[in-house]
Amino acid sequence: MSSELALQYLLAGITSGSVYAVVAIGFNIVYNATGIINFAQGEFVMLGAMTAITLHAYLPLPLAIASAVLLTALAGALVDLLFIRWLRRPTVLRMIIVTIGVSILMREAALKVWDEKVRSLPYFSGNEVSSVRIFGAFISPQVFWLLGLSAAMVLVLAIFFRFTLTGRSMRACSANRDAAALMGIDTRSMVTLSFAIAAAIGALAGCAVSPIAQTHYDCGAPLAIKGFTAAVLGGLGSSGGAVTAGLLLGILEAASVSVVPAAYRDAVAVLLLLVILSVRPSGLLAGRDEARLKEY
Amino acid sequence: MRAQTMIAATALLCAATWSAAADASVIKIGALFAVTGPASFLGAPEQRTAEMFVEQINAKGGLGGHRIVLIVKDTQGSPEKAVSFAKQLIEEEQVFAIIGPSTSGETMRIKGLCEESRTLLISCAAAEDIVKPVARYVFKTPQTDADAARRILDVLKKRKLSKVAILSSNTGFGSAGKKQLETLAPEYGITIAANETYDKTATDLTDVATKVKAANVQAVINWSIEPAQAIIAKNIRQIGLTVPLFQSHGFGNLSYAKAAGQAAEGIIFPCGRLLVADVLPAKHPQRAVLMKYKTDYEARYAPDAVSTFGGHVYDALLILVSAVETAGTDREKARAAIEKIQGLVGTAGVFNFSATDHCGLAKDAFEMLTVKNGRFVLYKD
Repeated sequence: MSSELALQYLLAGITSGSVYAVVAIGFNIVYNATGIINFAQGEFVMLGAMTAITLHAYLPLPLAIASAVLLTALAGALVDLLFIRWLRRPTVLRMIIVTIGVSILMREAALKVWDEKVRSLPYFSGNEVSSVRIFGAFISPQVFWLLGLSAAMVLVLAIFFRFTLTGRSMRACSANRDAAALMGIDTRSMVTLSFAIAAAIGALAGCAVSPIAQTHYDCGAPLAIKGFTAAVLGGLGSSGGAVTAGLLLGILEAASVSVVPAAYRDAVAVLLLLVILSVRPSGLLAGRDEARLKEY
Repeated sequence: MRAQTMIAATALLCAATWSAAADASVIKIGALFAVTGPASFLGAPEQRTAEMFVEQINAKGGLGGHRIVLIVKDTQGSPEKAVSFAKQLIEEEQVFAIIGPSTSGETMRIKGLCEESRTLLISCAAAEDIVKPVARYVFKTPQTDADAARRILDVLKKRKLSKVAILSSNTGFGSAGKKQLETLAPEYGITIAANETYDKTATDLTDVATKVKAANVQAVINWSIEPAQAIIAKNIRQIGLTVPLFQSHGFGNLSYAKAAGQAAEGIIFPCGRLLVADVLPAKHPQRAVLMKYKTDYEARYAPDAVSTFGGHVYDALLILVSAVETAGTDREKARAAIEKIQGLVGTAGVFNFSATDHCGLAKDAFEMLTVKNGRFVLYKD
């Protein structure tokens, strides 16, 4: 294989990897507050992008995205207020089942509000055919937006969860809800806030991946599966881990396509995931001791 | 008291069933469409078309004096659901005929079922396997995928492009098209240098495009119905491949061309004439039918909303109406009547059925189209 071609495969991997990475980050927020996986995260991604596409008909792109992020954050908070806050004993299993239900509900609602057609936001810079040339290989400029956005999200979230009182309170809820309540933390509001932030991050991710992956009512689940895989691989709760793992997953997929038929792309990726997780069950970047304290 | 209620309820239920079964003024037509799910691009316009058509017929006094009752089941594109809904339509509803399913995979799974129960099935899916070998009760309205493949290969041969890559999605539609291209390519002296299948929900296919680039081909043929066909178009152009890109007739939906934007320009694909109805010469035999369907549909739903897939349902219903008008509501006679239909103008082409041809369309039912300035126009070489 020529070095140009090898580089092109690497850039292809980074392209799909950047999509997985930016979606993966959203899984960590609800996890950090509740210890559960929010299975409606993919639908937040879809909802954000669909809303932005609709608003873009009336507003300039940055404003449309900002409004979509806000609206989706509201929808996220609403999901908690309507469906989760009322659970009398919010066990992990129950909350997972509720989020799965919510995801189906949101998908069906999107089909009714919009339709089955595929849409996309315009590329943030350039258009559908433009690409940046690096040593004879090509990459879409949108990938740089995705990488930049992922880095910004990781940084902001790290500061939020480590250094702000709200962020630390949120982590306390996940560690031990009763103890957090005894310390005077309003645990229920923390969960609501976590859903709002997760939805906002999902919506932002949805807008950024829309030019590459396109958006339709049913696009949430496939994105969420890859995003979830990356989040687990990176170690749940760690945003930096999610981004690293997302890129790694993309690069592994592209590498597999270069040697075996593309039909096996997902199979190869899942196989590697299983191998990595059997060696490091807590994920790539999460500490082992930390993982031992978690419920699963 | 409780027992009385039960008896009353049972009696009422029996009466209701009896009256429905014996109601001669009604003709039940079942429909299996993938209204939601990954193939909703097919099923949603199909459902809208069926509802519009049935309403129009019923407003005109029904089909041969019988009011049509349309029973739509959403298969979500899943063959398992198609099978159970088909059983329900056949056994419980005892429908006169079934329109659909939307996809080839689903149709193949219920082909035998309809044949055994002697239920008319007019499929809206393209694969040649549906009518080859012929099942007595199974017909289909879309042009055959083998003909789509032939039209593409014709263009390749004419332009002397002899080394191609085939891409297809992992669906019934994708694998059927891939099979046709693999079988037919040698006849046209065309070699397949790369042959890749990708996941129908793929979010980016730059790696697959890279593999195509590595194979040094002169043209790319992509065969899928999912949004991925717009993604692959973008990825191929992004990595600097400038060879002609051919798509299947599954590209016949303007929203794909819009999604691919600049990358859609110059894509060549075979398609029925519905999408170019307004630029057809006035004396073209199909123009009147096409314009009526297009104007009716777009007036009722949304401008520019018409897609070829809804047209397949329109044709299926036209065929059924024609059969019932000549032969009445006896299923056996109607079946024989369909086989005798000649020169019926539909949206997909002019149908000429026979006992051995249950598709009724020839290769010329396809027109080669291309994308120019975000619109579909006739392709000229």
